[in-house]
Amino acid sequence: MGGLMGDAMQAMWAAAGPNRLGAARRLLRAVLASGEVDAMLVPLRHPAGDAITPALVKDPEMLELADPFAPVLPLNGARLVSMLTQKTPRPRVAAVLRSCEIRALIELAKLQQASLDGMVIVGVECTGTYEVADFARVARGEHPEAFTVRAACQMCEHPTPSGAHITLLQIGLGKEEGLCLASDDLWGERLGLDDNTASQRPSGDDGLKGDDGPGPYHTLSADALTLREDELGRLIGERAATRDRMLADMVEHTATPEGLADVFSTCIRCHNCMTNCPICYCRTCFFKGEVFDHEPLQYVQWAGRKGAARMPADTALFHLTRMNHMSTSCVGCGLCSSACPVGIPVGAIFRAVASRTQRLFGYEAGRSLDEAPPVRTFQVDELRGLGEG
Amino acid sequence: MVETAFEPRIIGYLCNWCTYTGADLAGTSRLQYPPNLRIIRLMCSGAVDVSYVLKPLLHGADGVLIGGCHPGDCHYQEGNYKARRRAAILAESIKVMGLDPRRVWLRWISASEGQRFAETIASFTAELKQLGPNPTRVLWTL
Repeated sequence: MGGLMGDAMQAMWAAAGPNRLGAARRLLRAVLASGEVDAMLVPLRHPAGDAITPALVKDPEMLELADPFAPVLPLNGARLVSMLTQKTPRPRVAAVLRSCEIRALIELAKLQQASLDGMVIVGVECTGTYEVADFARVARGEHPEAFTVRAACQMCEHPTPSGAHITLLQIGLGKEEGLCLASDDLWGERLGLDDNTASQRPSGDDGLKGDDGPGPYHTLSADALTLREDELGRLIGERAATRDRMLADMVEHTATPEGLADVFSTCIRCHNCMTNCPICYCRTCFFKGEVFDHEPLQYVQWAGRKGAARMPADTALFHLTRMNHMSTSCVGCGLCSSACPVGIPVGAIFRAVASRTQRLFGYEAGRSLDEAPPVRTFQVDELRGLGEG
Repeated sequence: MVETAFEPRIIGYLCNWCTYTGADLAGTSRLQYPPNLRIIRLMCSGAVDVSYVLKPLLHGADGVLIGGCHPGDCHYQEGNYKARRRAAILAESIKVMGLDPRRVWLRWISASEGQRFAETIASFTAELKQLGPNPTRVLWTL
């Protein structure tokens, strides 16, 4: 996978100009037209006007609909990349992804559900996303100030993707900077970012420069970089504090068996949380199969013991089992909460557990392709004392 | 009315090659130990899915025991290493989800350790008597 996850410093560029989205579209066109990829997975503006739809694009013209900055995440793109790369023959795919999508993709690659070979990843720095329904409401004319970004985003400490070949930047950069991006050397060269004569180039299908385009790319000034670092530090600090508060609150609620039951009081067993989780890749979760279709008399027996038994059975069991199966790979994208129709803060619950189960192994989901997921490996000498009694 | 003392109910997932055989040895050796354990025999402690432990725990079992071979001695080479990791993850998760990790024991008991088996059941039973009945036993909302 070449430069993906490389620790090499990436140069940071800016192309001044008022139309940041237009410049971004031209950049994406240049990537698609580069000959390095067969198609590009990218969020497109839906013609209905109220939604962003991920799409696999082959015709660079369609990138006029691309909107990588639209603050909404309908589903985790890692799942879509898995559909495009797990089976062979495998196309060469470019994908425009946010931090949590890239981190989930890294986990899926390690779980052998996706391949990063030959992929080009265009990361998008994220300031937070709104719920799909809220985004639609704003698009239809409601006032944006009525809505807040999703809880998962409020506690996200990874607004800047790492591991992308090219990253579109937003945080701590003024509008006057235009389109800002980071790029590895290879793509910097391919895109001609260093080429100061570019403004003399005629416009063409390589798309990057043109009469109506932004000016030539220049490296970001030291001042601009300092301002950005400061703002990033402030934002991440704020998010970490929110995370600590939200997770501490959650753990307080679930401190007793009654608390555990209460937090899932509204659960209707639709399994949306599991379906939308990028990590839950089992084709048939055993909670949807026959394993948990109990004998009728068994239900009566349980009802007899407790006086009554919640139906369907095994609600807490479903969530606790899922936590144990996938929390070591949870990247905190929060799509479980977004998908829940009855408002259970599944993301906060799972993150509260995930932070502990990952810390147990010094592991961070999505951090590196070289770290095996804790459930896929073991050490002969570890967890000393456990089992000795 | 005579009040009966609380007798903990323990569910035990015992691996065929080590712990189950060790339990058998305890029996043939006529070792005395409390009758509170209900045994489920599996081929390996690595075959225990976490849901097998969570289900009884959520339904009111007072304790759950996972018995396997000592690390390095697994009949299938690696199963017990996986069981050990799963047990660690389980303990971390239930700790913050309202359940008591003291009610789940992972124990390495070999086929020749009949004595250790008997002692394990005796101490687990004694400890569970101290902890009292599992509150999930009457919690219909779980």
